[in-house]
Amino acid sequence: MRRLLTARPETITSAGTIVERTALRLDPDVALRPEPFGALAYHYGTRRLVFLKHPDVVRVVEGLDGSTPTTEVLESCGIPTDRRAAVERALDALVRSGIITEVAA
Amino acid sequence: MAPICLTWELTYACNLDCVHCLSSSGRRDPRELSTAEAIALVDELRELGVFYVNIGGGEPMIRRDFFTIIEHATTNGVGVKFSTNGTFIDEAAAKRIASMDYLDVQISIDGLDPDTNDAVRGAGTHETAIRAARRLADAGMRDFKLSIVVTRHNVDQLDGLLALADSLGAQLRVTRLRPSGRGAQSWDELHPTDDQQRVIHRWLLDHGDRVLTGDSFFHLNALGESLPGLNMCGAGRVVCLVDPVGDVYACPFVIHEQFRAGNTRDHGGFTTVWRESSLFAELREPGSAGACASCGAYDVCRGGCMAAKFFTGLPLDGPDPECVGGEGERALAEAGPRPVSDVDHSRRPRPITPVPVALVTK
Repeated sequence: MRRLLTARPETITSAGTIVERTALRLDPDVALRPEPFGALAYHYGTRRLVFLKHPDVVRVVEGLDGSTPTTEVLESCGIPTDRRAAVERALDALVRSGIITEVAA
Repeated sequence: MAPICLTWELTYACNLDCVHCLSSSGRRDPRELSTAEAIALVDELRELGVFYVNIGGGEPMIRRDFFTIIEHATTNGVGVKFSTNGTFIDEAAAKRIASMDYLDVQISIDGLDPDTNDAVRGAGTHETAIRAARRLADAGMRDFKLSIVVTRHNVDQLDGLLALADSLGAQLRVTRLRPSGRGAQSWDELHPTDDQQRVIHRWLLDHGDRVLTGDSFFHLNALGESLPGLNMCGAGRVVCLVDPVGDVYACPFVIHEQFRAGNTRDHGGFTTVWRESSLFAELREPGSAGACASCGAYDVCRGGCMAAKFFTGLPLDGPDPECVGGEGERALAEAGPRPVSDVDHSRRPRPITPVPVALVTK
Protein backbone atom coordinates (compact mmCIF):
# COMPACT_ATOMS: atom_id res chain seq x y z
CA MET A 1 0.00 0.00 0.00
CA ARG A 2 2.74 2.36 1.00
CA ARG A 3 4.25 1.87 -2.47
CA LEU A 4 1.46 3.88 -3.97
CA LEU A 5 2.89 7.00 -2.44
CA THR A 6 5.96 6.85 -4.62
CA ALA A 7 4.83 4.65 -7.46
CA ARG A 8 5.34 5.98 -10.94
CA PRO A 9 2.30 5.88 -13.20
CA GLU A 10 3.39 2.78 -15.10
CA THR A 11 3.81 0.75 -11.90
CA ILE A 12 0.50 1.72 -10.32
CA THR A 13 -1.33 -1.06 -12.15
CA SER A 14 0.68 -3.76 -10.36
CA ALA A 15 -1.45 -6.48 -8.80
CA GLY A 16 -3.69 -5.43 -5.95
CA THR A 17 -3.69 -1.70 -6.49
CA ILE A 18 -6.92 0.15 -6.34
CA VAL A 19 -7.36 0.74 -10.05
CA GLU A 20 -7.20 -3.00 -10.68
CA ARG A 21 -10.20 -3.65 -8.50
CA THR A 22 -12.82 -3.30 -11.10
CA ALA A 23 -15.85 -3.88 -8.99
CA LEU A 24 -15.76 -1.23 -6.31
CA ARG A 25 -18.77 0.51 -4.93
CA LEU A 26 -19.89 2.54 -1.96
CA ASP A 27 -20.77 0.06 0.77
CA PRO A 28 -24.58 -0.24 0.97
CA ASP A 29 -24.37 0.65 4.68
CA VAL A 30 -22.69 3.98 3.96
CA ALA A 31 -24.34 7.37 3.61
CA LEU A 32 -22.59 10.36 2.05
CA ARG A 33 -23.32 13.90 3.14
CA PRO A 34 -22.03 16.82 1.05
CA GLU A 35 -19.85 19.29 2.97
CA PRO A 36 -17.98 22.43 1.92
CA PHE A 37 -14.66 20.53 2.03
CA GLY A 38 -15.94 17.45 0.18
CA ALA A 39 -18.18 15.04 2.03
CA LEU A 40 -18.71 13.04 5.16
CA ALA A 41 -19.17 9.32 4.87
CA TYR A 42 -20.83 7.43 7.68
CA HIS A 43 -20.88 3.65 7.89
CA TYR A 44 -23.97 2.59 9.80
CA GLY A 45 -22.57 -0.88 10.39
CA THR A 46 -19.20 0.00 11.86
CA ARG A 47 -20.19 3.52 13.04
CA ARG A 48 -17.13 4.87 11.31
CA LEU A 49 -17.23 8.49 10.26
CA VAL A 50 -14.80 9.33 7.50
CA PHE A 51 -13.95 12.67 5.94
CA LEU A 52 -13.64 12.84 2.16
CA LYS A 53 -11.48 15.89 2.07
CA HIS A 54 -11.57 16.74 -1.62
CA PRO A 55 -14.42 17.11 -4.11
CA ASP A 56 -12.41 14.96 -6.58
CA VAL A 57 -12.63 12.00 -4.22
CA VAL A 58 -16.34 12.55 -3.72
CA ARG A 59 -16.96 12.57 -7.47
CA VAL A 60 -15.03 9.35 -7.94
CA VAL A 61 -16.72 7.61 -5.00
CA GLU A 62 -20.12 8.59 -6.37
CA GLY A 63 -19.07 7.26 -9.77
CA LEU A 64 -18.18 3.78 -8.48
CA ASP A 65 -21.01 1.47 -9.46
CA GLY A 66 -19.63 -1.96 -8.72
CA SER A 67 -18.91 -2.77 -12.36
CA THR A 68 -17.09 0.05 -14.17
CA PRO A 69 -13.29 -0.35 -13.93
CA THR A 70 -11.83 2.18 -11.51
CA THR A 71 -9.51 3.55 -14.19
CA GLU A 72 -12.52 4.40 -16.31
CA VAL A 73 -14.25 6.06 -13.37
CA LEU A 74 -11.19 8.24 -12.82
CA GLU A 75 -11.23 9.02 -16.53
CA SER A 76 -14.90 9.90 -16.66
CA CYS A 77 -14.60 12.07 -13.57
CA GLY A 78 -11.91 14.05 -15.33
CA ILE A 79 -9.30 13.57 -12.61
CA PRO A 80 -6.11 15.22 -13.92
CA THR A 81 -3.07 12.96 -14.19
CA ASP A 82 -1.17 14.76 -11.45
CA ARG A 83 -4.08 14.23 -9.02
CA ARG A 84 -4.49 10.52 -9.72
CA ALA A 85 -2.01 9.26 -7.14
CA ALA A 86 -3.67 11.31 -4.40
CA VAL A 87 -7.15 10.14 -5.36
CA GLU A 88 -6.00 6.54 -5.55
CA ARG A 89 -4.47 6.83 -2.10
CA ALA A 90 -7.74 8.19 -0.79
CA LEU A 91 -9.67 5.33 -2.40
CA ASP A 92 -7.24 2.89 -0.90
CA ALA A 93 -7.86 4.31 2.57
CA LEU A 94 -11.62 4.17 1.97
CA VAL A 95 -11.37 0.49 1.09
CA ARG A 96 -9.41 -0.18 4.25
CA SER A 97 -12.01 1.62 6.36
CA GLY A 98 -14.83 -0.27 4.67
CA ILE A 99 -16.48 2.80 3.17
CA ILE A 100 -16.05 1.38 -0.32
CA THR A 101 -16.06 -2.33 -0.89
CA GLU A 102 -15.33 -4.80 -3.61
CA VAL A 103 -18.33 -6.59 -5.06
CA ALA A 104 -17.73 -10.33 -5.14
CA ALA A 105 -17.37 -11.54 -8.70
CA MET B 1 -25.19 22.25 6.89
CA ALA B 2 -25.83 20.01 9.87
CA PRO B 3 -24.07 18.91 13.03
CA ILE B 4 -21.89 15.82 12.81
CA CYS B 5 -22.22 14.86 16.42
CA LEU B 6 -25.46 15.73 18.14
CA THR B 7 -26.23 14.93 21.74
CA TRP B 8 -29.84 14.77 22.79
CA GLU B 9 -30.71 14.54 26.46
CA LEU B 10 -34.14 12.91 26.50
CA THR B 11 -35.08 13.71 30.07
CA TYR B 12 -33.79 15.43 33.18
CA ALA B 13 -35.30 12.63 35.24
CA CYS B 14 -32.76 10.32 36.80
CA ASN B 15 -32.86 7.74 39.54
CA LEU B 16 -29.25 8.56 40.44
CA ASP B 17 -27.58 11.68 41.77
CA CYS B 18 -24.01 11.50 40.44
CA VAL B 19 -21.76 14.20 41.85
CA HIS B 20 -20.37 15.08 38.40
CA CYS B 21 -23.65 15.04 36.44
CA LEU B 22 -23.12 17.36 33.46
CA SER B 23 -26.81 18.23 33.25
CA SER B 24 -27.62 18.48 36.98
CA SER B 25 -30.34 15.90 36.41
CA GLY B 26 -32.76 14.42 38.90
CA ARG B 27 -36.32 15.65 38.45
CA ARG B 28 -38.21 15.47 35.19
CA ASP B 29 -39.02 18.86 33.68
CA PRO B 30 -42.75 19.26 32.93
CA ARG B 31 -41.87 21.03 29.67
CA GLU B 32 -39.98 18.06 28.22
CA LEU B 33 -40.64 17.21 24.56
CA SER B 34 -43.66 14.99 23.99
CA THR B 35 -43.39 11.73 22.08
CA ALA B 36 -44.78 13.43 18.96
CA GLU B 37 -42.27 16.27 19.28
CA ALA B 38 -39.42 13.81 19.78
CA ILE B 39 -40.45 11.82 16.70
CA ALA B 40 -40.71 15.04 14.68
CA LEU B 41 -37.23 16.03 15.81
CA VAL B 42 -35.84 12.68 14.66
CA ASP B 43 -37.45 13.25 11.27
CA GLU B 44 -35.93 16.71 11.09
CA LEU B 45 -32.49 15.35 11.94
CA ARG B 46 -32.85 12.72 9.23
CA GLU B 47 -33.74 15.41 6.69
CA LEU B 48 -30.64 17.33 7.75
CA GLY B 49 -28.42 14.33 7.17
CA VAL B 50 -27.51 13.74 10.81
CA PHE B 51 -26.10 10.21 10.79
CA TYR B 52 -26.52 9.43 14.45
CA VAL B 53 -27.47 10.96 17.77
CA ASN B 54 -25.96 10.46 21.18
CA ILE B 55 -28.88 10.06 23.53
CA GLY B 56 -28.49 10.71 27.22
CA GLY B 57 -30.22 12.42 30.09
CA GLY B 58 -30.89 12.15 32.94
CA GLU B 59 -31.50 8.48 32.57
CA PRO B 60 -33.09 8.19 29.10
CA MET B 61 -34.60 4.76 29.74
CA ILE B 62 -36.88 6.33 32.37
CA ARG B 63 -39.00 7.73 29.55
CA ARG B 64 -41.87 5.37 28.78
CA ASP B 65 -41.51 6.16 25.08
CA PHE B 66 -37.76 5.48 25.10
CA PHE B 67 -37.94 2.49 22.77
CA THR B 68 -40.54 4.19 20.57
CA ILE B 69 -38.18 7.09 19.99
CA ILE B 70 -35.00 5.09 19.42
CA GLU B 71 -36.74 2.55 17.21
CA HIS B 72 -38.14 5.37 15.11
CA ALA B 73 -34.64 6.79 14.77
CA THR B 74 -32.78 3.58 13.95
CA THR B 75 -35.35 2.44 11.41
CA ASN B 76 -35.21 5.82 9.69
CA GLY B 77 -31.50 6.15 9.11
CA VAL B 78 -30.59 7.99 12.29
CA GLY B 79 -28.28 5.75 14.30
CA VAL B 80 -28.50 5.92 18.08
CA LYS B 81 -25.88 5.65 20.76
CA PHE B 82 -27.36 6.01 24.19
CA SER B 83 -25.85 6.40 27.63
CA THR B 84 -27.44 4.70 30.58
CA ASN B 85 -26.69 3.85 34.17
CA GLY B 86 -28.07 0.38 33.47
CA THR B 87 -30.81 0.35 36.09
CA PHE B 88 -33.56 -0.37 33.57
CA ILE B 89 -31.74 -2.99 31.51
CA ASP B 90 -33.56 -6.10 32.61
CA GLU B 91 -33.36 -9.28 30.56
CA ALA B 92 -36.20 -8.23 28.26
CA ALA B 93 -34.67 -4.81 27.61
CA ALA B 94 -31.27 -6.39 26.99
CA LYS B 95 -32.76 -8.73 24.40
CA ARG B 96 -34.63 -5.90 22.73
CA ILE B 97 -31.49 -3.73 22.59
CA ALA B 98 -29.36 -6.57 21.27
CA SER B 99 -31.83 -7.27 18.49
CA MET B 100 -31.77 -3.72 17.11
CA ASP B 101 -29.58 -2.53 14.28
CA TYR B 102 -27.71 0.77 14.35
CA LEU B 103 -27.91 0.95 18.10
CA ASP B 104 -25.00 1.40 20.50
CA VAL B 105 -25.17 1.41 24.27
CA GLN B 106 -22.87 3.04 26.75
CA ILE B 107 -23.04 1.95 30.34
CA SER B 108 -21.59 4.48 32.73
CA ILE B 109 -19.23 3.22 35.40
CA ASP B 110 -16.63 5.33 37.13
CA GLY B 111 -14.45 2.86 38.93
CA LEU B 112 -13.21 -0.70 38.82
CA ASP B 113 -14.47 -1.46 42.30
CA PRO B 114 -17.70 -0.45 44.08
CA ASP B 115 -15.92 1.90 46.49
CA THR B 116 -14.38 4.04 43.76
CA ASN B 117 -17.48 4.03 41.58
CA ASP B 118 -20.14 4.39 44.23
CA ALA B 119 -18.41 7.39 45.82
CA VAL B 120 -19.21 9.30 42.62
CA ARG B 121 -22.36 7.63 41.30
CA GLY B 122 -24.10 6.48 44.48
CA ALA B 123 -24.47 3.32 46.58
CA GLY B 124 -25.06 0.13 44.63
CA THR B 125 -24.45 1.67 41.20
CA HIS B 126 -21.35 -0.40 40.46
CA GLU B 127 -23.29 -3.60 40.92
CA THR B 128 -26.14 -2.22 38.81
CA ALA B 129 -23.82 -1.28 35.95
CA ILE B 130 -22.03 -4.63 35.95
CA ARG B 131 -25.33 -6.51 36.05
CA ALA B 132 -26.62 -4.51 33.08
CA ALA B 133 -23.42 -5.13 31.14
CA ARG B 134 -23.64 -8.88 31.81
CA ARG B 135 -27.26 -8.92 30.66
CA LEU B 136 -26.31 -7.21 27.42
CA ALA B 137 -23.44 -9.63 26.88
CA ASP B 138 -25.70 -12.60 27.65
CA ALA B 139 -28.28 -11.27 25.18
CA GLY B 140 -25.62 -11.33 22.49
CA MET B 141 -24.96 -7.59 22.34
CA ARG B 142 -21.44 -7.06 21.10
CA ASP B 143 -19.19 -4.03 21.36
CA PHE B 144 -21.36 -2.09 23.72
CA LYS B 145 -19.38 0.50 25.64
CA LEU B 146 -18.31 0.85 29.22
CA SER B 147 -18.02 4.59 29.65
CA ILE B 148 -15.69 5.97 32.26
CA VAL B 149 -15.20 9.56 33.37
CA VAL B 150 -11.55 9.80 34.38
CA THR B 151 -11.10 11.14 37.89
CA ARG B 152 -8.28 11.42 40.36
CA HIS B 153 -9.47 8.17 41.91
CA ASN B 154 -9.71 5.92 38.87
CA VAL B 155 -6.71 6.94 36.75
CA ASP B 156 -4.72 4.01 38.11
CA GLN B 157 -7.58 1.65 37.28
CA LEU B 158 -7.53 2.23 33.52
CA ASP B 159 -5.76 -1.06 32.80
CA GLY B 160 -8.20 -2.92 34.99
CA LEU B 161 -11.19 -1.20 33.39
CA LEU B 162 -9.90 -2.13 29.95
CA ALA B 163 -9.58 -5.74 31.07
CA LEU B 164 -13.10 -5.58 32.51
CA ALA B 165 -14.45 -4.29 29.20
CA ASP B 166 -12.60 -7.05 27.35
CA SER B 167 -14.03 -9.69 29.65
CA LEU B 168 -17.55 -8.47 28.86
CA GLY B 169 -16.97 -8.25 25.11
CA ALA B 170 -17.37 -4.50 25.47
CA GLN B 171 -15.34 -1.54 24.34
CA LEU B 172 -13.88 0.95 26.80
CA ARG B 173 -14.71 4.62 26.44
CA VAL B 174 -12.95 7.15 28.64
CA THR B 175 -13.90 10.79 28.80
CA ARG B 176 -12.75 13.89 30.53
CA LEU B 177 -14.28 15.11 33.78
CA ARG B 178 -15.78 18.55 33.25
CA PRO B 179 -16.78 21.20 35.77
CA SER B 180 -20.27 21.38 34.25
CA GLY B 181 -23.60 20.81 35.97
CA ARG B 182 -23.03 19.28 39.41
CA GLY B 183 -19.45 18.77 38.24
CA ALA B 184 -18.95 22.42 39.16
CA GLN B 185 -19.09 21.40 42.82
CA SER B 186 -17.00 18.24 42.56
CA TRP B 187 -14.39 19.17 39.95
CA ASP B 188 -11.85 20.62 42.36
CA GLU B 189 -11.65 17.37 44.31
CA LEU B 190 -12.08 14.95 41.43
CA HIS B 191 -10.14 16.27 38.47
CA PRO B 192 -6.86 14.46 37.76
CA THR B 193 -3.66 15.94 39.13
CA ASP B 194 -0.93 17.27 36.89
CA ASP B 195 1.06 14.04 37.17
CA GLN B 196 -2.06 12.03 36.42
CA GLN B 197 -2.65 14.06 33.25
CA ARG B 198 0.68 12.75 32.00
CA VAL B 199 -0.31 9.22 32.89
CA ILE B 200 -3.61 9.62 31.00
CA HIS B 201 -1.84 11.03 27.94
CA ARG B 202 0.65 8.15 27.85
CA TRP B 203 -2.06 5.59 28.46
CA LEU B 204 -4.24 6.95 25.65
CA LEU B 205 -1.29 6.96 23.27
CA ASP B 206 -0.59 3.33 24.17
CA HIS B 207 -4.22 2.18 23.98
CA GLY B 208 -5.88 4.74 21.70
CA ASP B 209 -6.54 2.24 18.95
CA ARG B 210 -8.79 0.20 21.25
CA VAL B 211 -10.30 2.90 23.41
CA LEU B 212 -12.87 5.56 22.54
CA THR B 213 -12.49 9.04 24.00
CA GLY B 214 -15.10 11.24 22.34
CA ASP B 215 -12.00 13.25 21.36
CA SER B 216 -12.20 14.83 24.78
CA PHE B 217 -8.53 14.91 25.79
CA PHE B 218 -7.03 17.18 23.14
CA HIS B 219 -5.78 19.57 25.83
CA LEU B 220 -3.21 16.84 26.60
CA ASN B 221 -1.70 17.14 23.13
CA ALA B 222 0.47 19.92 24.53
CA LEU B 223 2.48 17.16 26.24
CA GLY B 224 3.92 16.16 22.87
CA GLU B 225 2.45 13.48 20.68
CA SER B 226 -1.10 14.26 19.54
CA LEU B 227 -3.93 11.89 20.33
CA PRO B 228 -6.14 10.61 17.53
CA GLY B 229 -9.32 12.56 16.85
CA LEU B 230 -10.77 15.89 15.89
CA ASN B 231 -8.42 17.73 18.24
CA MET B 232 -10.37 20.94 18.48
CA CYS B 233 -13.46 22.24 20.18
CA GLY B 234 -16.43 21.39 17.98
CA ALA B 235 -18.99 23.42 19.94
CA GLY B 236 -21.54 24.97 17.59
CA ARG B 237 -19.39 23.93 14.61
CA VAL B 238 -19.85 20.18 14.43
CA VAL B 239 -21.35 19.48 17.85
CA CYS B 240 -24.40 20.63 19.76
CA LEU B 241 -26.79 19.58 22.48
CA VAL B 242 -30.56 19.42 22.48
CA ASP B 243 -31.81 19.29 26.05
CA PRO B 244 -35.04 17.62 27.24
CA VAL B 245 -37.12 20.80 26.86
CA GLY B 246 -35.77 21.42 23.35
CA ASP B 247 -33.22 24.05 24.24
CA VAL B 248 -30.21 23.91 21.92
CA TYR B 249 -26.79 24.48 23.47
CA ALA B 250 -23.37 24.69 21.84
CA CYS B 251 -22.17 21.42 23.35
CA PRO B 252 -23.17 18.85 25.99
CA PHE B 253 -21.00 20.56 28.60
CA VAL B 254 -22.40 24.09 28.50
CA ILE B 255 -25.94 23.99 29.80
CA HIS B 256 -25.99 27.68 30.68
CA GLU B 257 -28.01 30.55 29.22
CA GLN B 258 -24.89 32.11 27.71
CA PHE B 259 -24.54 29.11 25.36
CA ARG B 260 -28.22 28.63 24.58
CA ALA B 261 -28.74 29.11 20.85
CA GLY B 262 -32.52 28.62 20.65
CA ASN B 263 -35.21 26.00 21.07
CA THR B 264 -36.46 23.23 18.80
CA ARG B 265 -40.00 24.58 19.37
CA ASP B 266 -39.03 27.96 17.90
CA HIS B 267 -40.28 28.84 14.43
CA GLY B 268 -38.13 26.94 11.92
CA GLY B 269 -37.24 24.30 14.48
CA PHE B 270 -33.81 22.88 15.15
CA THR B 271 -32.68 23.50 11.57
CA THR B 272 -33.10 27.24 11.88
CA VAL B 273 -31.39 27.33 15.26
CA TRP B 274 -28.42 25.40 13.88
CA ARG B 275 -28.14 27.51 10.75
CA GLU B 276 -29.04 30.96 11.95
CA SER B 277 -28.24 31.31 15.62
CA SER B 278 -25.98 34.28 16.24
CA LEU B 279 -24.22 32.34 19.01
CA PHE B 280 -23.28 29.54 16.61
CA ALA B 281 -22.21 32.07 13.97
CA GLU B 282 -19.88 33.56 16.54
CA LEU B 283 -18.49 30.15 17.57
CA ARG B 284 -17.83 29.34 13.92
CA GLU B 285 -15.57 32.35 13.49
CA PRO B 286 -11.89 31.47 13.73
CA GLY B 287 -11.07 31.64 17.44
CA SER B 288 -8.54 33.96 18.95
CA ALA B 289 -5.62 32.36 20.79
CA GLY B 290 -5.79 35.19 23.31
CA ALA B 291 -3.50 34.63 26.25
CA CYS B 292 -2.26 31.41 24.64
CA ALA B 293 -1.03 33.09 21.44
CA SER B 294 2.60 33.06 22.52
CA CYS B 295 2.52 29.41 23.62
CA GLY B 296 4.15 26.94 21.24
CA ALA B 297 1.60 24.25 22.09
CA TYR B 298 -1.48 26.22 21.01
CA ASP B 299 -1.50 24.61 17.56
CA VAL B 300 -2.08 21.19 19.09
CA CYS B 301 -4.15 21.92 22.21
CA ARG B 302 -6.20 24.79 20.69
CA GLY B 303 -6.62 26.30 24.13
CA GLY B 304 -8.48 23.25 25.44
CA CYS B 305 -12.14 22.99 26.42
CA MET B 306 -14.45 26.00 26.31
CA ALA B 307 -16.79 24.56 28.92
CA ALA B 308 -13.96 23.74 31.34
CA LYS B 309 -12.78 27.33 31.11
CA PHE B 310 -16.22 28.85 31.40
CA PHE B 311 -17.34 26.95 34.48
CA THR B 312 -14.07 27.54 36.32
CA GLY B 313 -14.37 31.29 35.80
CA LEU B 314 -11.59 31.52 33.21
CA PRO B 315 -11.69 33.67 30.06
CA LEU B 316 -12.61 31.68 26.95
CA ASP B 317 -9.54 32.85 25.06
CA GLY B 318 -7.19 31.83 27.85
CA PRO B 319 -5.70 28.52 28.97
CA ASP B 320 -7.68 25.45 29.91
CA PRO B 321 -7.90 24.99 33.72
CA GLU B 322 -6.01 21.73 33.23
CA CYS B 323 -3.40 23.23 30.90
CA VAL B 324 -0.46 20.84 31.09
CA GLY B 325 1.94 23.74 30.72
CA GLY B 326 0.92 24.94 34.19
CA GLU B 327 -0.91 28.00 32.84
CA GLY B 328 -4.26 26.67 34.05
CA GLU B 329 -3.21 26.66 37.67
CA ARG B 330 -1.87 30.17 37.38
CA ALA B 331 -5.06 31.33 35.69
CA LEU B 332 -7.27 29.61 38.29
CA ALA B 333 -5.51 31.53 41.03
CA GLU B 334 -6.78 34.75 39.43
CA ALA B 335 -10.07 33.42 38.10
CA GLY B 336 -13.28 35.38 38.34
CA PRO B 337 -16.45 34.07 39.98
CA ARG B 338 -17.63 30.73 38.64
CA PRO B 339 -20.82 31.02 36.58
CA VAL B 340 -23.78 29.11 37.97
CA SER B 341 -26.24 27.57 35.51
CA ASP B 342 -29.86 28.65 35.61
CA VAL B 343 -30.80 25.05 34.77
CA ASP B 344 -30.73 22.62 37.69
CA HIS B 345 -33.00 19.63 38.09
CA SER B 346 -31.17 18.10 41.02
CA ARG B 347 -33.58 16.45 43.43
CA ARG B 348 -31.80 18.18 46.26
CA PRO B 349 -30.80 21.51 44.74
CA ARG B 350 -27.40 22.54 45.98
CA PRO B 351 -27.15 25.89 47.69
CA ILE B 352 -25.65 28.29 45.20
CA THR B 353 -24.58 30.74 47.87
CA PRO B 354 -22.26 29.74 50.70
CA VAL B 355 -24.06 28.64 53.83
CA PRO B 356 -23.56 31.23 56.57
CA VAL B 357 -20.78 30.17 58.91
CA ALA B 358 -22.99 30.57 61.97
CA LEU B 359 -25.31 27.83 60.75
CA VAL B 360 -22.46 25.44 60.04
CA THR B 361 -20.70 25.79 63.34
CA LYS B 362 -23.78 25.78 65.52
